[in-house]
Amino acid sequence: MNLNRRNFLKTSGAAVAGTIILPPFFKSCSKLQLSTDVKNYLDHFEISTEVLGKVISEAMSKGGDYADLFFEHKISNNIGLQDGKVNIASSNIDYGVGIRVLKGDQTGFAYSESLEASSMLDAAKLAASIATNPASFSKGSINEKIPADYYRISRSWEDVSVKDKVPFVQKINDRIFSMDDKVVKVNASLNDETSYVLFYNSEGMLGYDYRPLTSFGAVCIMQKGKQIENSYSARSYRKGFEWLTDDLVEELAREAVDNTNILFEATKPRAGELPVILGAGGSGILLHEAIGHTFEADFNRKGTSIFSDKMGMKVAENFINIIDDGTLENNRGSLNIDDEGNDVKKTYLVEDGILNSYIHDRISANHYGVEPTGNGRRQSFRHIPLPRMRSTYMEPGPHKREDIIAEVDYGVYVDNFSNGQVKIGAGNFTFFVKSGYLVEKGRLTQPIKDINIIGNGPQALADITMAADDYKTDNGTWTCGKGGQSVPVTMGLPTVLVRKLTVGGVNA
Amino acid sequence: MTKEEKYKLANRVVNHALECGAQEVRAVISDSRNNSISVREEKIENLEQSIENGLTIYLFVDKKYSVHSTNRLDNREELDRFVREAIEGTRYLAEDEYRGLPDPDLYYKGGGPELKTFDGSFRSVDPQEKINVAFAVEKEVLGRDERIVSVTASYNDGMNETVMVTSNGFEGDRSNTYYGISASVSVKEGDARPGDAWYRSSLFYDGLDHEGIGREALKRALKKLGQAKIESGNMPMIIENRLGSQSLSPLIRALNGSAIQQKNSFLIDMLGEKVGSDRLTIVDDPFILSGRGSGHFDNEGLALKKRTIFEKGILKNYYIDTYYGKKLGMEPTSGISTNLVFEMGDKNLEEMIASLDRGILVTGFNGGNCNGSTGDFSYGIEGFLIEQGKIAKPVSEMNITGNMLDLYKNLAGVGNDAYEDAAWRTPSLLFDNVSFSGK
Repeated sequence: MNLNRRNFLKTSGAAVAGTIILPPFFKSCSKLQLSTDVKNYLDHFEISTEVLGKVISEAMSKGGDYADLFFEHKISNNIGLQDGKVNIASSNIDYGVGIRVLKGDQTGFAYSESLEASSMLDAAKLAASIATNPASFSKGSINEKIPADYYRISRSWEDVSVKDKVPFVQKINDRIFSMDDKVVKVNASLNDETSYVLFYNSEGMLGYDYRPLTSFGAVCIMQKGKQIENSYSARSYRKGFEWLTDDLVEELAREAVDNTNILFEATKPRAGELPVILGAGGSGILLHEAIGHTFEADFNRKGTSIFSDKMGMKVAENFINIIDDGTLENNRGSLNIDDEGNDVKKTYLVEDGILNSYIHDRISANHYGVEPTGNGRRQSFRHIPLPRMRSTYMEPGPHKREDIIAEVDYGVYVDNFSNGQVKIGAGNFTFFVKSGYLVEKGRLTQPIKDINIIGNGPQALADITMAADDYKTDNGTWTCGKGGQSVPVTMGLPTVLVRKLTVGGVNA
Repeated sequence: MTKEEKYKLANRVVNHALECGAQEVRAVISDSRNNSISVREEKIENLEQSIENGLTIYLFVDKKYSVHSTNRLDNREELDRFVREAIEGTRYLAEDEYRGLPDPDLYYKGGGPELKTFDGSFRSVDPQEKINVAFAVEKEVLGRDERIVSVTASYNDGMNETVMVTSNGFEGDRSNTYYGISASVSVKEGDARPGDAWYRSSLFYDGLDHEGIGREALKRALKKLGQAKIESGNMPMIIENRLGSQSLSPLIRALNGSAIQQKNSFLIDMLGEKVGSDRLTIVDDPFILSGRGSGHFDNEGLALKKRTIFEKGILKNYYIDTYYGKKLGMEPTSGISTNLVFEMGDKNLEEMIASLDRGILVTGFNGGNCNGSTGDFSYGIEGFLIEQGKIAKPVSEMNITGNMLDLYKNLAGVGNDAYEDAAWRTPSLLFDNVSFSGK
């Protein structure tokens, strides 16, 4: 990402009209051979390579094995619509550095919101204290890492005024109201976020990343007589302002209306174990909850995951390949470098039905003696990196969607979800179905809504008996929570049949 | 920043915003300090410290409204520019006649009793002592059972101080401290590795007792071994006291002015109506000494009052803030819940279990959701099957499904064991006729 235009410290989140304020002249590094890009980042944070060296030396001063500094400047904006008008805006600026020291599996961590050398040295000193044997650390030369380029954009959100965003949010409201007389309320919002990341570690690696993220969506509330129903539509990408188009508005409006409309006729299925067809797309939540979290290597390293002893073992049918990928173009879960400075990879968790890889951060990769997979992520500079998913999906399978539906005598077809969860050790995962259909005698019949589905991860994975060739990524606003930290992710799935899961519903 | 410095900065920001063209402004400045230590395998696993500060400004500019926050407070010139640009950005929004600061008559004016939410000794607790506490909790568990696969014990604490100033005369501050200790234990039998945790917290370091936390976590984890789903069916359900907020939150959310005005509530137009059984009596009491939700004013500065929310199943009060009050044509009451206090029954959990012929005791939720507009819910659960008044076996991988209004009409018993480590002091709750799905 070329940063020449924005090597200044923007103060406001409510980007007005692209008012550019030049920074005080600052020279980060006169003697070193560094690229202009990385120099821009050093200038952005008003920090010199000499100070980086001092802070990392302090962090290593008690005998830690490894230390890293994660500088972050994040500018977030939101504009919202309620009762027909774009009548609220909000913004947030977050700025600081997280300092981490590792000693084996142990972590010392502190952060500073001030980038004054003295504040950073204080934080480094605290983080250093995870180790207890004073040691001298000689920092080697700096090697600059050129980040990947998975999210090219043409118009930065920082250069976009509130004025330019308002019409899109207004339009989605107007389109939704025009599509159905039952619409009584619309809540719409547009978020954008720009993060500057600068990374330096005790191995001398100096890296950086520019991370745009945007999401746009609407909640639609309809009323028919006394019955009120609501649903929504949303999309999210690492894209710039060019992403907003009339076509996108139309697609989201249509989807919000359709998703809500279907609920008026919806019923609840019979309670108990049923065959479950997961429609292509958002059903990838199955992989995220049932498999993804339990493959995170921190749990496995501690022996607390139900998959702890299963590496190299057959866990699913041969046609099943499950991937966690941080390299998808403009994907919400992608990263150019992970939050520990590692390359981000496309990782096969399950290959031809065999458990192939856990999801690793630096600590666990080191523990298992494998290459990092680029899954070390953190919510912000205030948090420690953990093994986290990015985009988790299943490759297309050999079957046809119609054949899968035809297979089921009584069951449910689900394709719209709001949330999920898993208990790592027991392996029990759940996901909440916003809407779907009953399947009766091989056909989709009545809509269903608001039911929770619960299953056991290893069992559910083994119970996937069919997978179709209609793979779809869900680019919704999925946010994954773990250990009190939220990170953006995505997921995807072809249409899949799970032999049985426990479905919430009514008892006869 | 000291409290005085926060007031000074907040007032300066308010004045600057007024000079730049805002008609009304609210500024909130807060800082916090948190420490956390976790230990595993008799070593420190994580040692974390955080110190943060932030400013949030609420701007009312030509009947337009926006909110902005930043953690860059040191450079006066930059902060002024931040305020100026935020005001300029606000001008592009649509007018909203309902936005504005509260009526100053409704503000908290000071003079309330000290609520004891701040431990003055926060900074003087010896860091080594905190680490020792975490190790002591871990030690309670280590080597106690062959089936243990992992034990983590944690200590954490925090303090927060917030100052709020508005352009129409409100000035107030609040501060609190928090100390917590937890243990989580995973055990193994076959493939499954169930785990559970136990924790205790206090607003005062002296009030924190770590004895028994590790043992309780281990006991709870071991009880889960062999957990499995049972047949689907309708049965009575007891929800353990510390999980009560999960079943209560859809009900409380439905009382919010924004949910009501946006038709995202199943309690619209229900004031004075009977929405739950006679057992449902809840009072919102902001003035409990050392209560987790105690305070004198809400996030707009409105003076808090003790209010009855449900009385014998009848809905008595909503949570209405200034904005939605104007939109709904209702008096603002305050937009936040504080401490929720149930009218308790006379049985403890054991006696409630003994009263059931067959039912399920829920000790953990697993995902699920509730539709805000309709009250329809479905949640994953785990817990224990009760037979003939006794715990028969552990159950898991099941769902409960129904509607919140039906659920609370079937509230058949309230325990005498309110959980006081949370703002919502839920006792164990017994509901009749709940739909469980399992095998």
